[in-house]
Amino acid sequence: MKRIALIRLLVMAGAVALVEVLCRTGAISRFTMLPPSEMAVALWGLARSGTVTADLLFTVINITVAVAIAVAGGFAIGAFLHGVPRLRAVVSPLLAGYYAVPIFVFYPLLIVLLGLNRLPLIAIGALAGIVAMIVNTLDGLDRIPRVFVKTARSHRMNALSTALLVKLPAAAPHLVTGIKLAITYSLIGTIAGEFLLSVAGIGRHVAIAYNNLDNRTMYALLLLLLSSVTVVNVVVHEWDRRLRRRWGRP
Amino acid sequence: MGSAPAPPLGPALSRRWDPLWFGLAVLSIWQLLHLRVGSEGLASPAQTLHRIETLFGSSNFWSNVASTGQAFALSILIAVVVGTTIGLVLGLFHEAGDVFDPILNALSSLPKITLYPIILLFFGLGMPARVAFGTIHAIFPLMILTMNGVRTIRPVVRKTARSLRLSPVQTIRTVLLPAALPEIFTGLRLGVALALLGVLVGEMFASDRGIGFMLMQGVERQDSATIMGLTVLLFTIAVSGGVALLAIDKRLHG
Repeated sequence: MKRIALIRLLVMAGAVALVEVLCRTGAISRFTMLPPSEMAVALWGLARSGTVTADLLFTVINITVAVAIAVAGGFAIGAFLHGVPRLRAVVSPLLAGYYAVPIFVFYPLLIVLLGLNRLPLIAIGALAGIVAMIVNTLDGLDRIPRVFVKTARSHRMNALSTALLVKLPAAAPHLVTGIKLAITYSLIGTIAGEFLLSVAGIGRHVAIAYNNLDNRTMYALLLLLLSSVTVVNVVVHEWDRRLRRRWGRP
Repeated sequence: MGSAPAPPLGPALSRRWDPLWFGLAVLSIWQLLHLRVGSEGLASPAQTLHRIETLFGSSNFWSNVASTGQAFALSILIAVVVGTTIGLVLGLFHEAGDVFDPILNALSSLPKITLYPIILLFFGLGMPARVAFGTIHAIFPLMILTMNGVRTIRPVVRKTARSLRLSPVQTIRTVLLPAALPEIFTGLRLGVALALLGVLVGEMFASDRGIGFMLMQGVERQDSATIMGLTVLLFTIAVSGGVALLAIDKRLHG
């Protein structure tokens, strides 16, 4: 397993080195892409100058709130739909088609409803993540083995303790998957909103740098953005995998 | 959901109207919101319907539809050919799969919208940029699911192919691809939805044509009727396409 990880590291290092060589030799023009080493240097300069700290914080807070809303709201709606099969039957095609529509088209509407501030961005992020959580909550509740509920009944557990002590743990693996996806999608939604029409945030910084043909800043910001997103995703993925292994489920 | 016993006739009959009630509820909420924020913020259902009629009568709309359709079809084609090929190779060579699996997963969950400046710098405005946008969205599920599909083929199937002395090409064509087909199709189903999204997003940022461009124009002009009209159309197409593909998918997984 260690050998695989080493090869993986070499592959990634090789890919970066290849891009570096292509940029240095002029195969990729400097106006198109900076060599990765220069991106890193530019990012270091940017971090030291502190010009993006406020925007970074703005983005991070928005994403955190959006994820919290998506997870809590998605769970509540999922549990509610599970209890009302008639409504669920009507809504489920909408859930299935939801992710094929770019929800950022609702951004102008949200600005009118919520004002030109951070709220529309949070709303877009939450909307992007919530359906993944709803779908996975439904999945998790569907797959609770019936014998669990029967056992709870034979122990004369009341509805609340059945829900908390039996149903919730049994549905947990799916809920974790839902949380994982909600984080990924809310992140994408929030950042996409910032790119589209934003008042602040990393996305707006990138758009300004792009419009000013300021490739150094733009690539530095993209490097920052993509590497932080990757770190978050890898951490969440790893957390999901560990829990699954501990629970002994595929 | 298991198969429940046949419900009594009464509720079954009333249940038939459920989608209608739900639709009416959505329309009334929409209308109420419209009354609250005005036509500039949110066009009413009637205004939206009227705009859809106007769009259907305009040749500009249909040329944009054709343009988006073309970019969408090309993205899917490239994603299927390249994605299944790479997925197949990674599925066949177990170590390569182990090496690339986490990398692919990390790449597939990146917010690809952030790549738009890079795509624009590489491809310029126009068709290639839009196709590239659609392809980078669609290709990852195809690669990952093809790889998983090939990896989870039972060993006896591959052994049988070997004992029949099938050539590598024959093995791939007659054994591996059919065996992994359900997974590949799931990848295609996810890829189709993502490619549509990708092409639209690409058009919103990096194009002067297509439905995404019309959406962005609507956003800039605060033309809510066009935004809502196009959104309703897109949603209808996406939902019906998604439901149809899901039905095939379920049958393949049998």
